[in-house]
Amino acid sequence: MESLSGRKKVLEQKPMNFMERMYLPAIFKGMAITFMHMFRKKETIHYPEQEREFSENWRGMHSLKRDENGKERCTACGLCALSCPAEAITMISAEREKGEEHLYREEKYAAVYEINMLRCIFCGLCEEACPKEAIYLDGPIVPADYLRKDFIYGKDKLVEMPINELEALKGAIV
Amino acid sequence: MDIAFLIEKLIIVTVLFTLTLTIAAYSTWAERKVAAWLQDRVGPNRAGIFGLLQPLADGGKMFFKEEIIPSGSNKWLFIAGPSLALLVSFLGTAVIPFGQNIEIFGRIVPLQVTDINVGILYIFGVVSLGVYGIMIGGWASNNKYSLMGAIRGASQNISYEIAMGLSIIALLLVTNSLSFKEIAEQQHGWHWNIIYQPLGFIIFLVCAFAETNRMPFDLPECETELIGGYNTEYSAFKMGAYMFAEYINMFVSSAVMATLYFGGYNYPGMDAVNTLLGPTWGPLIGVAVMFLKIIAFIFFFMWVRWTVPRFRYDQLMDLGWKVLIPLAIANIVITAIVITVVDKL
Repeated sequence: MESLSGRKKVLEQKPMNFMERMYLPAIFKGMAITFMHMFRKKETIHYPEQEREFSENWRGMHSLKRDENGKERCTACGLCALSCPAEAITMISAEREKGEEHLYREEKYAAVYEINMLRCIFCGLCEEACPKEAIYLDGPIVPADYLRKDFIYGKDKLVEMPINELEALKGAIV
Repeated sequence: MDIAFLIEKLIIVTVLFTLTLTIAAYSTWAERKVAAWLQDRVGPNRAGIFGLLQPLADGGKMFFKEEIIPSGSNKWLFIAGPSLALLVSFLGTAVIPFGQNIEIFGRIVPLQVTDINVGILYIFGVVSLGVYGIMIGGWASNNKYSLMGAIRGASQNISYEIAMGLSIIALLLVTNSLSFKEIAEQQHGWHWNIIYQPLGFIIFLVCAFAETNRMPFDLPECETELIGGYNTEYSAFKMGAYMFAEYINMFVSSAVMATLYFGGYNYPGMDAVNTLLGPTWGPLIGVAVMFLKIIAFIFFFMWVRWTVPRFRYDQLMDLGWKVLIPLAIANIVITAIVITVVDKL
């Protein structure tokens, strides 16, 4: 049949001659190629010490955000849990008491907020669903662990550090 | 048979045994390193500096895994298989000379466990026994894949032993001796047998790959077709014994090739070095050269493994019977004619 793309190549299958049947010339050629690869630059990234550069829309570990005054933005509406296709998010809401205004922005807040990192598929739908801009997947790679229960991240791991603490930490490092 | 002789042999045997084990253990490390280098990777580097403790970690893992003996297997033979493979692979080192006679405290000590005058035949006998480890293990597993692997191993070893033997005959025409020590001594300085027997060496090399079940001839443990081949049912240290046997076989065949074709412990300019350093330290340089050659061969084994894909079974048999055996016979004839003509002149 006529080739439509014009790129069709018919392979000739000649019986191999004696040199080819010995395979040695071809093997030496291949070995020269692999030997040259010994001196190439290694592609390995030594992970814990070295990290690969992430793209700008990389989705890593979640963080629950605070507003400019250091109050938690999350109002426990549950839209993130609803949107989550892997059902990784659970939360228990609570009402803000008097005297807690400096902690929570809205009258309702998440008393418990848990993400099961083994279920999470890092699709970012929670981020899209959130009306309060309270959750972002802007963290690092979720680290490995030994027990399943340790992969359920609570507020202690998810909530962003208050700004003053962050400043103090930065000062300590500098 | 004095007591000093016994002590001397005991020391040589112990040192050789330890060295063989160490080299085999570090071959597993080297294999992974070489594989990584050839594939633009780094290889094991977490356990110790350069990952040098990796063999220890692997060994520990092997010991602490569960030993599974399949209920349908022949238990006695199931255990005998890997034991035999390991035992036989160790036997080969006994006749290989690792250096010239060395003078220690006024005694002349040959750096060889024993110099039997049929050393090459001994090596061939021992290497042929190696296939029993595979056969027994594969059969005793009572698993069709294991059996297939074992059958492949057996037929492959038998086919390639013929070409190997024929290539050795041509070498024997040149050396007129079956003793490793004598063959090594004949290659004094730069008179290595590779110069007289290049074709024989290539045939021997290819056959050595087949005898040690290494890539590209590792059909007995072909993962894609046979799951794991003859060692499918093995776990923990019995599996480790098979792996170890393979690496020791590699060491032995490297040593044999270095001795038969690449001058063993001989190197150009050895006489000058020997007179300079005396009868104790001079031969030790030769030992270092011998081990350098062995390590180079082991590297070559690995280099080939990570370059060449596995042969198809019919290609393997074609190569053995239709290419290597005719070549080996032609090599014998040419060698014989050349020797006769040179003698007459």
